[in-house]
Amino acid sequence: MDKFRMIFQFFQSNQESFMNGICGIMALASTQMYSAFDFNCPCLPHYNLAYGLGILLVPPFILFLLGFVLNNNISMLAEEWRRPQGQRGKDPSVLRYMFCSMAQRAMIAPAVWVSVTLLDGKCITCAFCTSVPVDTLGNASHPHLSQGEIQRVLARIPCKEIYNGQQLIANEVAIRYLRCISQALGWCFVLLMTTLAFLVRSLRPCFSQAAFLKSRYWSHYIDIERKLFDETCAEHARSFAKVCIQQFFEGMSTDLVAARCHLPRKAPADAGEAAEKLLGITDQSTMNMALKSWHRCKPPLNLHPPALPTGNGWAGEGQPPTHPSAPQRETAAYYSWV
Amino acid sequence: MDRFRMIFQYFQSNSESVMNGICGLLALASVKMYTSFEFSCPCLPQYNVVYGLGIMFIPPIILFLCGLILNRQSLVMLEEWRRPAGRRKKDLAVIRYMCSSIMQRAMVAPVVWIIVTLLDGKCLICAFSGSVDPEKFVGFANVSTVQVQQLLAKVPCKDDELMRNNTSRKAVSRYLRCWSQALGWSILLILIIAAFLARWLRPCFNQATLLQARHWSNYIDIEQKIFEETCCEHSRLFAHKCILHFFESMRQEIKLHSLSLPREGEGADGEEDLLRGITDQDQVNKLLKTWYCEKPPLDVS
Repeated sequence: MDKFRMIFQFFQSNQESFMNGICGIMALASTQMYSAFDFNCPCLPHYNLAYGLGILLVPPFILFLLGFVLNNNISMLAEEWRRPQGQRGKDPSVLRYMFCSMAQRAMIAPAVWVSVTLLDGKCITCAFCTSVPVDTLGNASHPHLSQGEIQRVLARIPCKEIYNGQQLIANEVAIRYLRCISQALGWCFVLLMTTLAFLVRSLRPCFSQAAFLKSRYWSHYIDIERKLFDETCAEHARSFAKVCIQQFFEGMSTDLVAARCHLPRKAPADAGEAAEKLLGITDQSTMNMALKSWHRCKPPLNLHPPALPTGNGWAGEGQPPTHPSAPQRETAAYYSWV
Repeated sequence: MDRFRMIFQYFQSNSESVMNGICGLLALASVKMYTSFEFSCPCLPQYNVVYGLGIMFIPPIILFLCGLILNRQSLVMLEEWRRPAGRRKKDLAVIRYMCSSIMQRAMVAPVVWIIVTLLDGKCLICAFSGSVDPEKFVGFANVSTVQVQQLLAKVPCKDDELMRNNTSRKAVSRYLRCWSQALGWSILLILIIAAFLARWLRPCFNQATLLQARHWSNYIDIEQKIFEETCCEHSRLFAHKCILHFFESMRQEIKLHSLSLPREGEGADGEEDLLRGITDQDQVNKLLKTWYCEKPPLDVS
């Protein structure tokens, strides 16, 4: 129990580290996903914007939802939110604390995706290549083309192999310009996120520190209580199953004894534990019948059979019957099958 | 319990090592970020300065803020600063000590970024290529003012069609890189001398105050950690008691409502205790439903 408590304490005090670890792994997965993704700008006037902005904004949304899904505490939050009040009041500040801490962790992978995308530059180049200021950056002596033609030419900027507008505006100039804008946006985004994180973290002790400690304690409590309850239920289920199966075997052996009109063979005093564990089933056919009965007709989930005055086997032991067996109920089940 | 205490003590006494480790990791991350970042000078007259200086100064600010955020001690210091005095006086020397140690550690990664940037040279070449004196370089000497600005702005872009084979471009580039590296090494030298002097001369001034401040700052840190762990332990015991009470109350309720004879005496094999009087499917279902619909009050008195 001590060792379990040590491990539990270590885990508990490190649960935050564990969640931070998952968060870090998701951020790394996000960068890996981006480098593995084969970006393919369509180089067509209206499709570029949709594709570029789609790649910039849709995966972060997916990663955000994934961050919630992978967080075990989401079901705990939902349960605490939806349970009826009963005898225990609900504290909205605890719910808010839980939601905020989950949302903060879920925001990291999307923010990493957006930063990496902007710093790399391909998305913005693809999305906004038709908006390049041709007047300032383009060649002064470019041929006059209609607006639509210009759009079509500019849309091919990201695709160097098919770009045919060198006279309009040099490809490298346009790409450098767009990438510069994209990287500036990227760094500003990272700075903004870091500043927000810093402010959130450092302003909290200045206001409502006591309320924060309270919410944190009770949210940990809810988590621990749920885990302990699950463990207690698992222990209970184990004992329930053990007693149920023991009663089944005893019932089987008593039935067979009753059916064959044998005197119960009393185990000799020095037979030891092994004989007891045989639970009265000592030959092949009996065991086969027990197994068949277990499969065809499982015993009811009831360890409270009505007590019957039976003299089967306990008369000589001098102990009060702790498991008053239910030969009637087991027998009825058995015979109905036969 | 002993082993846990040993591990805990080891960790505690090495809280400074943990912070130094984080500081080192951030510095390495800063170098890695720089090498994986694709520097792409826009080669346009006004944009160059903004881009070059932006890349040189904005990431250090970000790294500095990250250094503050990742350092646990900054929260401890803020709490100590903002708490009401109550029955324990606040010692400003301790808060100052903690603040300075946090700042020193947070400054390492930004300084590493700036030095790596300067030693590499690309940022300064991008930012200041438009500010060199064109008369010093043969290729730019006899060009009109407007054009020279455009040309100089394109110096950082080696692959630009105008600059591909321009020897003056290489001259300007070398000149600016030389300045950049000189600046980088000078800053590094000054910082190392400053750190050396600070470390060697510190024992000459106020050593006793320093020892006190360090002791009490460690103490505040440890106290905070132990408080959090005690709260965890307490909530575990509280939950345990609460659940036991709940099972007991369910057992009482079942005894009241069911008509079967109550089982007397202890079970021979101890399983009875674990069953806690819940012995059939309906009772288990009722228990689980009650757990959800009517959680027990938070009161284990």
